[in-house]
Amino acid sequence: MGKVLVVTSGKGGVGKTTSTAALGVALAQAGQTVVVVDFDVGLRNLDLVMGAERRVVFDLVNVVQGVAKLPQALIRDKRIEKLWLLPASQTRDKDALTEQGVANVIRDLRAKFDWVICDSPAGIERGATLAMRFADTAVIVTNPEVSSVRDSDRIIGLLDSKTEKAEKGQRVDKHILITRYDAARAARGEMLNIDDVLEILAIPLLGIIPESEEILRASNLGSPVTIGNPASAPARAYVAAACRLRGEEVPMIVPSERKGLLDKLFGRRAA
Amino acid sequence: MSMFGLFSRRGSAPVARERLQILLAHERAERGQPDLLAILRDEILAVISRHISIERDNVQIKMDRGNSASTLEIDIEIPNAADLLVAARA
Repeated sequence: MGKVLVVTSGKGGVGKTTSTAALGVALAQAGQTVVVVDFDVGLRNLDLVMGAERRVVFDLVNVVQGVAKLPQALIRDKRIEKLWLLPASQTRDKDALTEQGVANVIRDLRAKFDWVICDSPAGIERGATLAMRFADTAVIVTNPEVSSVRDSDRIIGLLDSKTEKAEKGQRVDKHILITRYDAARAARGEMLNIDDVLEILAIPLLGIIPESEEILRASNLGSPVTIGNPASAPARAYVAAACRLRGEEVPMIVPSERKGLLDKLFGRRAA
Repeated sequence: MSMFGLFSRRGSAPVARERLQILLAHERAERGQPDLLAILRDEILAVISRHISIERDNVQIKMDRGNSASTLEIDIEIPNAADLLVAARA
């Protein structure tokens, strides 16, 4: 039986889809069978970030509604063995997903894969609550910024009350993934630091993803950073986070780009 | 940038941290239960409007959620005109 992992945040634009793709790749590279599932019905983007946007035929809503069989809707990654994508649909119908339908799909995916990674939409509406509903584990993606931390706290409350596990009196295993972290600014007191965020949210840390130009480059190319540039700082941070998800103990460091002397002298850019 | 500007720009993170701690303490306490201050505000206004017709424009409501205590300040302007007394008419 596979594990169901929800990648969630409350706030939009903090890196849920980027993190879903990068963690999915890292787990598959470690030999696990992985499916990444886009729950953002109406605004799907995981297909684009995964570089599979031209291969979408059927989607999660088609499977939930019985229009397509699960194997027909799963898209196999062309680069990484054992990695699959279940895209969201572009329908505007908010009630396209039913709880029972999602339960059935998750049950079938859990039987086939080691990891079922659900990419939650932003917000706390139906899509977000269904994405977390059947989760065993949650990764709460948080930027070191007040609105993101507040929304993460709200999502933690929902994970503790509205999930199937919570209703059975069990606990969803929760982890914080801090993204867009700038260690230099945090050291100058310009940005909440890791300890601030962890103390406020009181959830264990899964990883620290540094702010990096590689992230935009990865989505431009449709190639998650863990495939496109595995030596880069964010890729190393995602690989370490994936190891921790599998229960390995990996020392927590903030990977930084290794810069040569010339980069240090001339590499500073305006803004 | 002036020296003052330089210093005031520094260290905004501790302010962020403190604001979050106060806010989240409230939001966690209120989670799953109705907002006490909002209920008080609505019920107080309902009681008063049973006796006088309140012009919404003449009501000032201020709330301040503090760390250990919160305040609810309701300031209602009551005209002296007797015909506003609903109770007298009833």
